[in-house]
Amino acid sequence: MKQVAESAWPDEVHALLRSAGVRQVAIVPDAGHARLIKLCEKDKAMRVVRLTTEEEGVALLAGAWLGGEKGVLLMQSSGVGNCINMLTLPIACQFPLLMLVTMRGDHGEFNPAQIPMGNATQDVFEAMGVIVKRADAPGDVAEMVSGALRLAFNTYRPVALLIGQRVSGAKDFRKLSQSVPQ
Amino acid sequence: MSKQIGKRLRRREVVKELLAARGGLLVVAGLGAPAWDITSAGDHELNFPLWGAMGGGAMLGLGLALAQPKKNVLVLTGDGEMLMGLGALATIAVQGPRNLSIVVLDNERYGETGQQETHTGHGVNLAGMAKAAGIAQTLMVRTQAELARLKKRVYAGEGALFAQVKVDPEKLPLVLPPRDGSLLKNRFRAALLGPGAAHQ
Repeated sequence: MKQVAESAWPDEVHALLRSAGVRQVAIVPDAGHARLIKLCEKDKAMRVVRLTTEEEGVALLAGAWLGGEKGVLLMQSSGVGNCINMLTLPIACQFPLLMLVTMRGDHGEFNPAQIPMGNATQDVFEAMGVIVKRADAPGDVAEMVSGALRLAFNTYRPVALLIGQRVSGAKDFRKLSQSVPQ
Repeated sequence: MSKQIGKRLRRREVVKELLAARGGLLVVAGLGAPAWDITSAGDHELNFPLWGAMGGGAMLGLGLALAQPKKNVLVLTGDGEMLMGLGALATIAVQGPRNLSIVVLDNERYGETGQQETHTGHGVNLAGMAKAAGIAQTLMVRTQAELARLKKRVYAGEGALFAQVKVDPEKLPLVLPPRDGSLLKNRFRAALLGPGAAHQ
C-alpha cells in the first residue's frame, strides 16, 4: 500500500491557518492530526489549547471571536457527538467556527466501535445546521481547508471539513498488536 | 453538610456588588439565573449572557480571556452549569490566564427547572475541585467580607481565579437580556474592538 502519512497536507494546512491569522488552536488529539498539531505547537503566533472534551473547543472559539481572535478546532469524528448541544452557540449567535475533523469509522475501518459515530458524523453535523465538506485524497485537503476557512470566517457560520480515512490511513490493530507501539 | 450561620448572601446583591464601577470588565453569564442577575445589575454592551450552551460558560470566558489578555474577564455562572462542564477547570488551569475569573453563584439548585437539588448541596466542593485542577486562586465565599475580597481579586487580574459563592436559593423575578445572539455578539464586539469589528 502506498504510504500517504508522509503527505505534505499538514504543512500546507498549517501555512493556510497561519496566513488566515488563526491564533487559538483547540484540540482533542487524533493520530491523523498529529503532524498538524506539532506544527501549531511550534508556531509562536498560535496557542494550542488542549481540551478535555471537544465541546469545550466550540465554546472556547466563540469566546475567541468575541475577543477578536480566530481559531480552529481539531478533532476526530468521535468527538463530533460530544459537540452537539454546544453547537447552539455558533448557530444561534452566528459565530464563525472552523472544525477540521479526521474521520474514523470510515474507509477501511478495523474497529467496530468506531462505526456508529463515524457513520453518523456528517448527518449529525447537518442536522444541527453545520456546513459540511469532505476531503478524501491527500492532494485535496489544503484546497478544501482554504475553502472552509473562507466560508466560516466570511459568512459567520460553523463549517466542518471531514478529512477521510483514505487520507490519514486506517489504523491496523492486527499489526499494532504484533509490535511494540512507538 | 455545612450548617449556615445566619443568612446566605443574596445573588442579585452579590452580582450588583461585583459589577459596580466595572470599568472595562468583560462579563459572560451562564444560562438562566446568572444571565438574569447580570441584566438586573444593568444591561451592558460588554455583557455576554448565554441563553443555552449549558456547560460552556467557563470555556467561552477562557477563549475571550486569551484573546484579550489586557482586559479582565469575569464569568458568572450557576452550580448546575459548572457541574456540566467540569473538565473546563482542568483546561483553564493548564492555560492559566491571569485575567480570567470564574465565579459560581451556588444556590445548590437547578433553579430554572423547579429547584431540584444539585451535587453541591450534597458535599461536592467546586472550589476544592478547581484547586485540585491547579487553578491559581480558589476561594469559597459565604460572607460580605469574603465577597469584598473576591471583588478585589476579580479586578486585580492575578488569576486564574475560581470562586464558589454560596447564595440563597430564592426565586426572583426574571430580568431578561436581549435574546438575539447575533445582536449580543455584535454589540459586544463593537464595544470592545471598535466599529471595525463589523468588517473583520
